[in-house]
Amino acid sequence: MRFGILQFPGSCDDRDALLACQRVGDARLVWHADADLGDVDVVVVPGGFSYGDYLRAGAIARFAPAMEAVAAHAEAGGAVLGICNGFQVLCEAGLLPGALLPNDSLRFVCRQVDVVVENAETPFTRATSTGQPLSIPVKHESGRYFAPPEHLDGLEARGGVVLRYAPGHNPNGSAREIAGVVNERGNVMGLMPHPEHAVDPLTGSEDGLAIFRSLAGSAASQERAPLSV
Amino acid sequence: MKARILIRPKEGILDPQGKAIERALPALGFEGVSGVRVGRLVELEAATPDRLAELCEKLLANPLIEDYDIEVENAGGPG
Repeated sequence: MRFGILQFPGSCDDRDALLACQRVGDARLVWHADADLGDVDVVVVPGGFSYGDYLRAGAIARFAPAMEAVAAHAEAGGAVLGICNGFQVLCEAGLLPGALLPNDSLRFVCRQVDVVVENAETPFTRATSTGQPLSIPVKHESGRYFAPPEHLDGLEARGGVVLRYAPGHNPNGSAREIAGVVNERGNVMGLMPHPEHAVDPLTGSEDGLAIFRSLAGSAASQERAPLSV
Repeated sequence: MKARILIRPKEGILDPQGKAIERALPALGFEGVSGVRVGRLVELEAATPDRLAELCEKLLANPLIEDYDIEVENAGGPG
């Protein structure tokens, strides 16, 4: 199981993501100007402020050469996980539905939240069970998930909502408490909370490890075939 | 030619920036102001206006959450 963690100018969670992935498999960094992902099985688009997040969060990063390779990887059925800024980038790139708007509080939020697994049948959540709460930190200024109501209905109907903030834990005004979504094919996921910051009891929680364990486990049982949700 | 592109949040989308401004106004003595929405103005020079809409769709605006208007200046003017 080989993880590749993208590194844009302005990424800041790439090293934490690398260390989290290394707990469950091999992992290396992939520079944004690199158009070749090599032998990577799972791509992680990490948090941070890619290209300064000018214009809109994630809007410029989607044009990076590495992102073309990520789109091709996803098209071939490979797994892609976008965390925080990575989620924003994947939405801007059209690999995930919806958009992330500025928090309703207009404040940068940085705190531990509880999210609940809504769909444990994805490659990203196989090591969890539906209904399981996970304690994972958030830290963002533009994390309010938005999609038109009819899109949200479709998303919910197909099990596309993977994680939801627990009651009272929605830190940003996200529609329907959505914290993480998966694409229709089931191989691209984005979430605002940072599982890579919750992999060691020393930092308060290791619940985030379940996401990386899920990916490591699913690679053993799948060969880049389309993954059903 | 010069163009001005006005980008704004789509109607119905909560604009917390506009709300914050709206809440600050009464404290400064400005009563009766409502419906504040904050957008973005992009000024640019382009050889031709032909692809401005495409440029907006692909980069300057996110059509899911934003509307945009393109104003072309100096159309037919000298130079």
